[in-house]
Amino acid sequence: MRQELRIPVGDVVPPVVAVLKAQAIPEGVTPDERISRLAEEAIATYRTLADPVGILMDVSRDEFETVYRGEGRNADETPLDRIRPSADSLALFVVTIGEKMCEEITRLFDVREFAPGSMLDAAASEGAELAAQAVELSYRQHLHERGRLDSDTGTLQFSPGYCGWHISAQRKLFDILHPEEIGITLNPSFLMHPLKSISGVIIAGPKEIFAFDDDFPFCAECRTHSCQDRLSAVLRQ
Amino acid sequence: MDMILTELSESLRAGDAPKVAELTQQAISKGIATKTILDDGLIAGMTIVGDRFKAHEIFLPDVLLAAKAMYAGMDLLKPLMIKEGIPTIGKVVIGTVQGDLHDIGKNLVGIMLKGAGFEVIDLGKDVAPERFVEEAKRADALAIGMSALLTTTMPTMKKVIELAREQGIYGKTKIIVGGAPLSSEYAAEIGADAYCFDGVNAVERMKSFVRA
Repeated sequence: MRQELRIPVGDVVPPVVAVLKAQAIPEGVTPDERISRLAEEAIATYRTLADPVGILMDVSRDEFETVYRGEGRNADETPLDRIRPSADSLALFVVTIGEKMCEEITRLFDVREFAPGSMLDAAASEGAELAAQAVELSYRQHLHERGRLDSDTGTLQFSPGYCGWHISAQRKLFDILHPEEIGITLNPSFLMHPLKSISGVIIAGPKEIFAFDDDFPFCAECRTHSCQDRLSAVLRQ
Repeated sequence: MDMILTELSESLRAGDAPKVAELTQQAISKGIATKTILDDGLIAGMTIVGDRFKAHEIFLPDVLLAAKAMYAGMDLLKPLMIKEGIPTIGKVVIGTVQGDLHDIGKNLVGIMLKGAGFEVIDLGKDVAPERFVEEAKRADALAIGMSALLTTTMPTMKKVIELAREQGIYGKTKIIVGGAPLSSEYAAEIGADAYCFDGVNAVERMKSFVRA
């Protein structure tokens, strides 16, 4: 299976609270009306300019091994080392919310509309995360239709550049997925263009295979430790 | 202090750019010294904005609205500062390091440094180590500010610092670094003078470097 996914913008619109949180405004704090309005305007702009599109592709364990190894620069031990041997199914994915959003963010900063620009950047980042979740949902649907998803099956995404998986693996991932067909390119530093794009693997398997502690050496450099939230989410699937 | 300057500072804190421009023009027309308008009006306002941000009384969008207002005032003062030979607090060369395209954090730092009265030479993103050092030398910069969002591009910061040592500007030109994967430990390890966790912090650290 390899499919191009056109994701309806309405399915991946970030809520105001998420955009404000991405602007370091804590949940539970009510900002003044002016800031709330900025967030709402950013979301309205997002609705107009975002063009979420992705590619999802089933891969065999061997195919994924090639992508995972990349250029041989992964950490000595990673969560994926433990998880992938027990996976039932694997899919590579890439998704973007498009170039227009990035252009508008740049334009706003160029005309000194710093606050709207920063707010739109936050909305775009949140929107890209939602688009990646939409792709994962699509994969779950695909597995369900083939009888490969039951109540004990969890799915979890990993991306090159995180959790010990070196970003240079992007090259092999692009060799297989060909994201240039939907307008995503890779630069020599393995960064995607448009910048608000996400790529990686979706792993499906028994929920218990995903449990890991965030005590790998590279975890010391991680600010968010969001893996633990994501692992909790797997248990709720 | 002249009421206009008090009002100017308050309007800046409120992020009212048109009002800041109007009051700056009034202050100029009234014959208030350019440096006084800058220090007691605009910079005074931005300092309070920074303090309130640090105290979590206001948030990033408030700071950015104030910064826009600061720019509106600076547009009117800048030609006078050049004409009168009033130096900026210091020149800072900033950029996102080679290989990295994430520039939102660097842009925010640049905006806040300008808002605090620094002259910012923004080299953009994906900046080669040589360019940081060349520009810093050319401008006799107070500091170089580097940003990285990827762990894979962080080592480039060390290259810039090594180059700054080779070119003899290390020590005289301070080095600040920032970005999501960085830490004060990493900054110390590579020989940077400071790690800054946000734009307001960058302004604070930069002020501490201002040459007497």
